[in-house]
Amino acid sequence: MDALKQELKSKIIEVLNLEDVAVEDINDNDALFGDGLGLDSIDALELIVLLDKEYGIKLTDPKEGKTIFQSIETMAAYITANRTK
Amino acid sequence: MESSNYISKYCIIEEHSVFVNGRKQFASEPVPFTEFAKAVYKDFGMDYPKFFKMDSLSKLAFLTAEIILEDIAKPGEENNNIALVFANRSSSLDTDAKYQDSIQDKKDYFPSPAVFVYTLPNICIGEVSIRHQLKSESAFFVFDEFPSEFMKNYADVLLATGKAEKVVCGWTELYREKYRSVMYLVEKQGKTEHNKEIINQIYTNSLWTL
Repeated sequence: MDALKQELKSKIIEVLNLEDVAVEDINDNDALFGDGLGLDSIDALELIVLLDKEYGIKLTDPKEGKTIFQSIETMAAYITANRTK
Repeated sequence: MESSNYISKYCIIEEHSVFVNGRKQFASEPVPFTEFAKAVYKDFGMDYPKFFKMDSLSKLAFLTAEIILEDIAKPGEENNNIALVFANRSSSLDTDAKYQDSIQDKKDYFPSPAVFVYTLPNICIGEVSIRHQLKSESAFFVFDEFPSEFMKNYADVLLATGKAEKVVCGWTELYREKYRSVMYLVEKQGKTEHNKEIINQIYTNSLWTL
């Protein structure tokens, strides 16, 4: 799962244009929203697209995102359990 | 309409260069716009990570407005008396086309919310307003050519009716790597008269330095 976490950090930086953030700046349990990486609601929508595009996971209830996108750790666990590609 | 207002500052961004009050402040090698915009952002010491999420039109408007407002509107403080009146020719077509390209293939159909939100030209006004917490008058117009008389009258009315104490007027045109942004600040005090001739000289970058 470590490889997946690294991949996720890299993809998030790329997709969300986090210009001044490096992979090593993001800890597995850092909050992605709020005081952590400071992502916003549009970023949340982009993360939903990322799950679909890269891992074949369609979130039917966007409210699930609040739990799934808490951190890299929670994202990686959800992807591992639900990925279709 | 007679004007007793003045232009106190102007900024032009075009062809890999930045001019402030007629003086060249920055120039880069001919590089794609996003690289040039990043270089301007760094050179002027700006610190606003959301800049990197903006589309090209918003980056262009943001950079020009940031230079105009740097000594006037401090980020983090409310600035309710600065109006924004922008215009251009190509609206948000540059981003509209990119968005359309991204949804052409029905087999690889992943519309990007982050691109979609920029498919309106007045979003660039929103970006500047958010940055400086401007809860003020704003408008974005689409014209074939720079409407100097219209812009003059619009700014004069805003100042005469007390809708604003300062007005940032701007032409922010960008389409497929061709870009040109001209912004100037109009207020009630100053030395350079706010009239159509001066505005046209600013637009053509032929006004002697302020």
